[in-house]
Amino acid sequence: MAMKIGDKPFKERVSDGIDDKFMRGAVSSAQGRFRSGRLNAAEELGNWEDWRKLGEEIRSHTIENLDYYLELLSENVTKRGGHVFFAETAEEANDYITNVVKEKNGKKVVKSKSMVTEEINMNEALEKAGCEVIESDLGEWILQVDDHDPPSHIVTPALHKNKEQIRDVFRDKLGYDKTEKPEELALFAREKLREEFLQADIGITGCNFAIAESGTISLVTNEGNARMVTTIPKTQITVMGMERIVPTWEEMEVLVSLLTRAAVGQKLTSYITALTGPKQEGEVDGPEEFHLVVVDNGRSKILGTAFQSILHCIRCAACINVCPVYRHVGGHSYGSIYPGPVGAVLSPLLGGYEEYKELPYASTLCAACTEACPVKIPLHEHLLRHRQEIVEKEGKAPVFENLSMKAFSMGTASPAMYNIGSKLAPTALGAFAKDDKISDGPGPLKNWTEIREFPAPKKDRFRDLYKKRKKERGE
Amino acid sequence: MMAIGQAHNRNSFLDNLAKNLGRERRYQVEKPNWTHQPQWEVLKGASQDDLVEVLKKQCKLIHTDIHETVSTELSTLITHLIKEYGGKTVVTWDDPRFEEFGLNRLDEELSNEQVTMHTWDREGGEENLAFSATADIGITFSDATLAESGTVVLYSDKGKGRAVSLLPAVYLAIIPKSTIVPRMTQVATEMHRKVEKGEMVPSCVNFISGPSNSADIEMNLIVGVHGPVKATYIIVDDK
Repeated sequence: MAMKIGDKPFKERVSDGIDDKFMRGAVSSAQGRFRSGRLNAAEELGNWEDWRKLGEEIRSHTIENLDYYLELLSENVTKRGGHVFFAETAEEANDYITNVVKEKNGKKVVKSKSMVTEEINMNEALEKAGCEVIESDLGEWILQVDDHDPPSHIVTPALHKNKEQIRDVFRDKLGYDKTEKPEELALFAREKLREEFLQADIGITGCNFAIAESGTISLVTNEGNARMVTTIPKTQITVMGMERIVPTWEEMEVLVSLLTRAAVGQKLTSYITALTGPKQEGEVDGPEEFHLVVVDNGRSKILGTAFQSILHCIRCAACINVCPVYRHVGGHSYGSIYPGPVGAVLSPLLGGYEEYKELPYASTLCAACTEACPVKIPLHEHLLRHRQEIVEKEGKAPVFENLSMKAFSMGTASPAMYNIGSKLAPTALGAFAKDDKISDGPGPLKNWTEIREFPAPKKDRFRDLYKKRKKERGE
Repeated sequence: MMAIGQAHNRNSFLDNLAKNLGRERRYQVEKPNWTHQPQWEVLKGASQDDLVEVLKKQCKLIHTDIHETVSTELSTLITHLIKEYGGKTVVTWDDPRFEEFGLNRLDEELSNEQVTMHTWDREGGEENLAFSATADIGITFSDATLAESGTVVLYSDKGKGRAVSLLPAVYLAIIPKSTIVPRMTQVATEMHRKVEKGEMVPSCVNFISGPSNSADIEMNLIVGVHGPVKATYIIVDDK
């Protein structure tokens, strides 16, 4: 899948999300757990604000000098016998990766979780070239087995599915015959995937942080699948978005500490794996060949703009986990593999306003995202900036906001209009009201009543009651 | 001599970045001194015994059993644990510390229990992986240990295969007390100093905090996914 998921228009996606009762329950409970985990982990440190400031300072310096650090990284990877390919586009990245796999005569590819490989649609390119590609992160694997259902969260991609649904997917596709207990489902995955790991010729990983000073890539995981992918296959390919880099081991450590706390409230995840080049001479396991693919795919256009700090993102999903809009509409509504506030900022930058102009409006600008971000990206300011640019460039806001605002402004433009409007409202809306509630409103009210009821306008308006009361008291 | 790898497409790619950043390419950059450095405040001034307590407490949170012993008792404790876990196949690193801590006779002690031991064979190849893939227990020493997060740090090397701590169902880590440091900061700084001195960093540095786990199904914590299902640490007094 590419960055874009699904073909439905924004409003239909949102309706689907709002109607999905299980998903909404799962998302709000997950948000609660993620959030308290992060807050506890932050509180435990005592000086979380200092950590955030350090994180911001590191990210800002690194992105400001990105050309220098990427050159240093590539120098050090090649010194250790690895190869580096700089890909400006998704196609260039996929061509290089496909060629490496072909050269190695690779048939079976095992992958650990990577958002950038989703973004460039790498799996499809490899499958076209005749390879079998197996996702090994439990959540990603569930989605893959379920005919490539798109991810809905960047840390727990199958968040929208319940255990019964997962059991049924395993049963229908793989002949699973046990219960919906998570332990049994996971054991089944362990056994199935163990065979795949042992047979795979190529391992493909993403990258949390590349370390420029030593040509190292680090992977932050809990399941151990990334370790499998980098221990057993003879060839390792690592794909990184070009901004996923730090100067030295010291900064890697700080950002990993921020990432694991902000993402899941853990001090560290079960595995942080730092890999430098292929295995060294005399070592028995680990890859014989190592390739690093550095992907631009639209990121460089963000450099030097007011949006540059979105490239500081370390993909922890803390902003997603506090977002009230994500809570209600879920990940798929964003139409991008990058959902939530970060997705609403990033997707239009990478995929263009044509495709994603609604996303910056899918926000209440409450700034909970900005407050949660461990590297202090001003996410809600970026959302506002997007709105401004959309209006400036296109001369208008997206249609639905435009319409409802127009109606509202007409009705409220002058006291006279307001007077007429509010007088007419009970009559106009009477047909839609039931028990003094409107649950399927027309026109501008529709967006509101799709998710909640709107009180029907009273026949007696406050201003009339007030007048009457004054008269009665003889005032 | 290690072969040098290739870098493709580099200059045009980096030129474009510099152009978008509105300046010439930079070939020399001085990393600033960060204004905030809270990482050094964590467990600052803690004694080795304090760190042991922090480590033990953290292990409870990460579903990891922890034992303490002295080097003369280590062999007995490990034999006991292998029996308790019902381990029939055990793989260990080829690491001089096994002999230093009196563990070189482990296989003899376990021979009556019908336990098969395999020491990582530097000269061997695939059979190391094949044995580890079905082994019940993998045992390694810790090269550095992080009290705050309950983490053992392993540096790969010829006799120190990556698979020993990964493929077996149970992972047992021996932690010499002297290897315990406050947090990841200390190990990262050690690696950074190595780089500055022009030394090679290990091809694989693993920071392992307990057994493998996942929360991918309805946010329920499942312990034991692709890596070990169980992790046990033994702190051994090596002074």
